Amino acid sequence: MFFYVLRRLLISIPVVLIASFLLFWFVRETFDPTARLRTSRDPTVIQRETERLGLDKPIPVQYGKWLKEFVKGDWGTSNRTREPVTDMVRRALWNTVQLIFWGIVVSAFLAVAVGVFSAVRQYTIPDYVLTGLSYIAIAMPPFWFGLLAINLAAFKIPEWFDLDERPVDFVGLHSARKSGFNKDYLRHLVLPVMTLSVQIIGSWSRFQRAAMLDVLSADYIRTARAKGVPRGKVIFKHGVRNALIPLITVMAVDIGLLFGGLLVTEQIFSIAGMGKMFVDALLQGDIAVLEAWMIVVAIFVIVFNLLADLIYSVLDPRIRLS
Amino acid sequence: MTSPYADPAETDDLGLAVDPDAPVLEVEDLRVEFATDDGPVTAVDGLSFRLHPNETLGIVGESGSGKSVTSMAILGLLPSTARVSGSIRYRGQELVGLKERQLRPLRGNKIAMVFQDALASLNPVHRVGAQIAEAISVHRSDLTGADLDARVVELLDVVGIPDPAARARQYPHEYSGGMRQRAMIAMAIANEPDVLIADEPTTALDVTIQAQVLEVMERIRDRTESSVMIITHDLGVVAGVADRVMVMYAGRTCEVADVESTFYEPAHPYTQGLLGSLPRLDSRSSDRLARIVGNPPSLLALPPGCAFHPRCPHAEVPGRCSDERPELRDLPGGHRVACHRSEEIEWRPQEAEAEGAAVHDVEEVE
Repeated sequence: MFFYVLRRLLISIPVVLIASFLLFWFVRETFDPTARLRTSRDPTVIQRETERLGLDKPIPVQYGKWLKEFVKGDWGTSNRTREPVTDMVRRALWNTVQLIFWGIVVSAFLAVAVGVFSAVRQYTIPDYVLTGLSYIAIAMPPFWFGLLAINLAAFKIPEWFDLDERPVDFVGLHSARKSGFNKDYLRHLVLPVMTLSVQIIGSWSRFQRAAMLDVLSADYIRTARAKGVPRGKVIFKHGVRNALIPLITVMAVDIGLLFGGLLVTEQIFSIAGMGKMFVDALLQGDIAVLEAWMIVVAIFVIVFNLLADLIYSVLDPRIRLS
Repeated sequence: MTSPYADPAETDDLGLAVDPDAPVLEVEDLRVEFATDDGPVTAVDGLSFRLHPNETLGIVGESGSGKSVTSMAILGLLPSTARVSGSIRYRGQELVGLKERQLRPLRGNKIAMVFQDALASLNPVHRVGAQIAEAISVHRSDLTGADLDARVVELLDVVGIPDPAARARQYPHEYSGGMRQRAMIAMAIANEPDVLIADEPTTALDVTIQAQVLEVMERIRDRTESSVMIITHDLGVVAGVADRVMVMYAGRTCEVADVESTFYEPAHPYTQGLLGSLPRLDSRSSDRLARIVGNPPSLLALPPGCAFHPRCPHAEVPGRCSDERPELRDLPGGHRVACHRSEEIEWRPQEAEAEGAAVHDVEEVE
């Protein structure tokens, strides 16, 4: 098991290198960091800046220099804010990790619950309703859902029910001068997490429903019933346990989707996380920040895929990691 | 009708106040219909039979003859699209129409089932021992912890699994095919059921493994004094273990008799056809195997009269066989048959073979 994890991590190093090189190359080709100096009256400034940043060297050489410093822990400075990238990432990452954590927890829990319920009640009215809702959820763009949710929960509902206070907040993760896990945090968390998860819940629940239907018609379910096992235990102990196995794969692949969702969600809810950092950096051609973002996301995806494989082997004894 | 195989002395040991010879299971006029897109399909059509104490009843038929559906109907395991009518009585208690919750105390406890394809029938994510333990603990709360584990190991030992304590901790995929089927049997006998239903227990197993599994089943039956229903399409299996044989065709019984009569004096042309198609060690190697012409009928469009008449070499067509459905009637010696012409046709294996071979030559399929 230990060697399996080690091998998997080693294999993923070239993947990260290739991805980071491609990103470096594309950003260098599309953005000119000296562009904002063109209005300067000093004709030598562009020349000096180009030499200072090493832009006159070939791309691989520039990349090699960046990589050397990155590995040493010097992630460079943002050419927008002049701030060390490591500090920016540290701040942004914590906000993002919170969103992703709650996003995965909520999505997984709701998707499994909805999927299993739909499968057990296949072709009943609740099943049709949930099916319809999940298609709406999949079809709804997150930015639109987010804005609708803010309008409804923060403005319409207090108006309709004559509330003195908004039931939820929609700016940041905490009110000013507040922190920690408390009611204030949850009030801020509800809408962004919903926005982040809504599409994923829609698709995962469909997947879970299909997997569960497959499992419910399996012979071992019939065996369990023939043993006299009560229905609830048949569904959960014999059914859900097996139906989770295919879902884990889908979850691991979709973690990348969560990062996509972050770009929109963090923008709407003004959360200073990795998504917002990425959008701001992209608009400015801020290569040091973009590279740092890319590597962090790549590590996330690799770790989640590895985690999925580990969970997979725990859920399914037929799979042995070696 | 009393079975000549029910020994009153043995049935006394069951400690039941009821008549020891009373059937354990009585099925009367059982009908199972499935609603399909092409209309209702009658998978079992007016089936009646009895299972006596400590008896092994073999149910034989081709795929689609309704044998598995019958066994599922007994335990109420059919999907909700199935409509079951008629009567299934277990020791006098009516099972048809019972709710899932009411059937549960019987399932795996008084009536247990061994399924075909043990790999698919065992849950891949739970240990074999845990699955057997579950069969016990759903019905008995007094057996827990180490006692329960010991019982599981004992059961695996009974069905002949080597090193049962270690094997109990393994998963189904770590077992061989024959061991999985034995584990299924261990699970089914965990509560010493009155009735053990084995649905194709040896299908998809090597012949040597088949023999081992059948040997285990027989040993179990003698040990637990349960009644066994063994469902198979393999006449060889029936010949080895059954006391009585019921032959089914298109959801109905064509013939019921004790095992000797079935093999030596088959009265129904379908049974004769099945026997004729068995390879014989004493026949000349150049002899072709006889076969039953045609395919089993679609249950959506059963032929009028006797369902077997289009494939029957002795059918009166047009006549009784194509017009009038034969009911099950008694022949001498406890033999029952559903054929208009049983008395007129004579079973001569050699002749049947020759006849079959002739047909074979004409049609020349291969």
